[in-house]
Amino acid sequence: MSETPKPDELFSNIDYRPPSSGWMDTPVDIKKGIYSYAGNPKSLEYVGLPFARQWNPIDEDWSLPENWKEIISKGFRERLDRFRSIKVFMDICVRCGACADKCHFFIGSGDPKNMPVLRAELLRSVYRNDFTTAGKIIGSIGKNFKKIIGARELDLQVLKEWWYYLFQCTECRRCSVFCPYGIDTAEITIMGRELLNLIGLNIDWIITPVANCYRTGNHLGIQPHAYKDMMDFFSDDIEEITGVKVEPSFNRKGAEILFVTPSGDVFADPGTYTCVGYMMLFHYLQEKYGFDITWSTYASEGGNFGFFTSHEMMKRLNAKMYAEAKRLGVKWIIGGECGHMWRVIHQYMDTMNGPADFLEEPVSPITGTKFENAKSTKMVHIAEFTADLIKHNKLELDTSRNDHLKVTYHDSCNTSRGMGLLEEPRYVIKNVCNNYYEMPVNTIREQTFCCGSGSGLNAGENMELRMQGGLPRANAVKYVHEKHGVNMLSCICAIDRAALSASVEYWVPEVEVTGVHEMVGNALILPGEHKRTTDLRSEPLPGMEDDDAE
Amino acid sequence: MPNNKKMYDKGKVVAGLCIFVVLITFPFWFNLGKAAPVPEPKLSDKAKAAKECVMPKAYMKAEHMQILNEWRDTVVRDAKRIYTNPSGKKFNMSLSNTCLDCHTEKAEFCDACHNYASVTPYCWDCHIDPKEAK
Amino acid sequence: MNISYMYSLIAVVVLFLLAYVGVKLPGGEVFFGVIIPYLALIIFVLGFVNRVIDWARSPVPFRIPTTCGQQKSLPWIKSASIDNPSGTGGVIVRMILEVVFLRSLFRNTKCELKAGDKISYEWEKWLWLFSLIFHWSFFIVLFRHLRFFTEPVPACLQLLEKLDGFLQIGLPGLMLSGVALLAAVTFLFLRRILIPQVKYISLGSDYFPLFLIFGIAFTGILMRYFTKVDIVGAKAFTMGLVTLKPHITEGVGSVFYVHLFFVSVLLAYFPFSKLMHLGGIFMSPTRNLANTSRVKRHVNPWNYPVKIHTYEAYEDEFREKMIEAGLPVEKMMEPETPEEPEEKE
Repeated sequence: MSETPKPDELFSNIDYRPPSSGWMDTPVDIKKGIYSYAGNPKSLEYVGLPFARQWNPIDEDWSLPENWKEIISKGFRERLDRFRSIKVFMDICVRCGACADKCHFFIGSGDPKNMPVLRAELLRSVYRNDFTTAGKIIGSIGKNFKKIIGARELDLQVLKEWWYYLFQCTECRRCSVFCPYGIDTAEITIMGRELLNLIGLNIDWIITPVANCYRTGNHLGIQPHAYKDMMDFFSDDIEEITGVKVEPSFNRKGAEILFVTPSGDVFADPGTYTCVGYMMLFHYLQEKYGFDITWSTYASEGGNFGFFTSHEMMKRLNAKMYAEAKRLGVKWIIGGECGHMWRVIHQYMDTMNGPADFLEEPVSPITGTKFENAKSTKMVHIAEFTADLIKHNKLELDTSRNDHLKVTYHDSCNTSRGMGLLEEPRYVIKNVCNNYYEMPVNTIREQTFCCGSGSGLNAGENMELRMQGGLPRANAVKYVHEKHGVNMLSCICAIDRAALSASVEYWVPEVEVTGVHEMVGNALILPGEHKRTTDLRSEPLPGMEDDDAE
Repeated sequence: MPNNKKMYDKGKVVAGLCIFVVLITFPFWFNLGKAAPVPEPKLSDKAKAAKECVMPKAYMKAEHMQILNEWRDTVVRDAKRIYTNPSGKKFNMSLSNTCLDCHTEKAEFCDACHNYASVTPYCWDCHIDPKEAK
Repeated sequence: MNISYMYSLIAVVVLFLLAYVGVKLPGGEVFFGVIIPYLALIIFVLGFVNRVIDWARSPVPFRIPTTCGQQKSLPWIKSASIDNPSGTGGVIVRMILEVVFLRSLFRNTKCELKAGDKISYEWEKWLWLFSLIFHWSFFIVLFRHLRFFTEPVPACLQLLEKLDGFLQIGLPGLMLSGVALLAAVTFLFLRRILIPQVKYISLGSDYFPLFLIFGIAFTGILMRYFTKVDIVGAKAFTMGLVTLKPHITEGVGSVFYVHLFFVSVLLAYFPFSKLMHLGGIFMSPTRNLANTSRVKRHVNPWNYPVKIHTYEAYEDEFREKMIEAGLPVEKMMEPETPEEPEEKE
């Protein structure tokens, strides 16, 4: 990571002028700091993915299966027949270029192949050559004509280009907001990655979490006893901070509600504080209203790196949620703060692994609110759940405990553009803290920028790429930091919490990152708690420590 | 293209395509069963007798509006009323008195083509056909 | 990528010459005036329908709208009923705004790096504006041409012509839509060659239709205002086409045939090109679906069972550790060891 250029260097290196050679004539140059390591063959084998082998992206030879072209071509055909999105998006792009400067990777790198339109053209060029009549006829006239209509043959160079650039897209869908036809590069990247997986091409930061998740229930490979250990550890922390003993339950049959959150919340700071926030909230509700919720070690992952591998793998990993809900006999499910987890739950889960007819339509046991919007899926976002509690005055909050924070909010790509969860978290934040500032309007809500490391790109070896992609978000944070003195960036995504920590540290080191429920936990007055002198991070609460010293 | 494959959202897609085809082929069925004779501007006896108009026929056909426009400007702005054509023949520049004098039937001479081609000249915003006025 | 537009320009010039010269050859008028237009129309309609049906043969397995506003969730939170539709009505309005006013393009911003490590995103209205002008003026021009294809000409057309020509400039009266079309095509072409990124992504198939449409508008304007086509003759000819009694009218001139040929080429080219975005926009799953993913189950017709790691397998692997940690299990440890079981207390 020492080779990652300094922020000012990276910024001044951005050049939006494309090279003089056309994109088809510019061979791919797989750069250190940008690419991620190849998938570990053991992980591929564990989940039964084909062509598991040791290979290195910067080697000339990727030890591909002999008939790789045939496999890709067949896979392409299959996916065209399965997904109307792909078929239509391959055909109708007019290359107006509206998407070009909407991509955080293009804004941060200037690499023309990071323009969404060109990323898609990498696949479209092969599509035109292999699957369209016009491409076949004109292509047969000569190579020059092929180039004019944007068609080319799939060869090793093209394949490498696919791999390199499809793992420089975080499937954030920002381009899709601006496209006059709604062409969604996420769909194209998802499909492209599926094709690459057919011949064993993946990155380790995706496929190893997938294998872990398959085996242990979560991406980090935390085994059940260790999962409980960590939670016990958080319980001790809570007791130390508040004097209240919190006792979450696990794998408990007959609970009313199952809670599923990304494992990052249990494992990685500052997500852990968000996890502490959930625990405190659930404890509060249990004490006050007899709330009945259980965690699961089997379905201990909300996130789904299968989504970054293939539709099939997404389904295989996601299946645990409903399976566990059924086994435990709960009525419905609450999901924690996570981005792509919610894209999968909202737009895919019911279709893939439903119908969830063994569950009941979610009703908040505390407020009686029916969550009509989750009638079929039977899974409610915790921000929806908490916003409803606050609206009904069910939480006792001391917002002054968050007074040392000047907060802004980062909309996660997936919850904003694949769901529309915009107001609920804002409502929660504004009710638990007093200083809230929005980032500029072109960088939030449906126009929000990706953290730069989504869709499995949160590795260490591709730090330069991550900092490039993180620039637009961090730059907007910097703006509110300079204008309003914002010192806390809140979000509702576990990957954000990890990724933004790194990119904010790099671009705006004065700002920290938090989950929304960490701030809830910090403000929530637990029954029987003693006077708090620290926040959930065990850092002294300004203005509170004096009293205690007396 | 696989032919025996199922269509999804068939109802909506077929309905959309039907609307599309109906719109595209609108002229074909709009004109069904209608005779659409090509109008032939009728020359009055006087016009026939005159043999030639201000300018040759082909020129008049394409450029008559330009001449009228020019006439109007010359009369109104320069107060000149006499037009001399290339062969030296002189005309009083007047739509009602010169043009309509020969082409007595506005409906059969002017309107026939104008209506056919859906042209609505604004001559008649100010001028009147002396016949219609009576 | 200069060859992209050079080749496209050459192609359009060749097409021009083909029609211009070809029509003068024996049988040329019938070929360019009757055979080609009919053929082009048939290719257009069949090709278009075929392409849409081909799209429809692939299902939409998941409900994946791009949500561009607040979802409908809790009753006291105002939802964006159009940009994030929660029902068919919202979807229809969203689609109308998209198709008729290019709603998404209206959002367009231009990103610029500023001194002092700042990035700005300014509203970029020109692409939207000229695209809107382009599509609308093209539509109006097309619609106005119905005067050549209907008899009697419907009154609404005359009204439109009046509006279009309300400036009353010159004779025959200047139609704004024609000028607007030419201006918009020129803008769209210039931005393709002047904005470096757009130039970089532009293919021959992006320039070709622009040149072709420019050619169509240009020849049309030429005929109307300059070379003066025999308009009654032209209509007699076009009416012959649409009443299926085609006949050649003498003296409509070569430019007319060039115009007609360009239109024919555009029609025939349409179904095989990006111009199919006309049909595609209606089929785009990120726009034409309501965001009701959690309310109603969307069915994937090819959903197939997959191999999953069951709870039983999971517990089998971790049972010992789970028991040790005090986590509930389904089955207690199997008494595999033949030793006498330990008794508790």
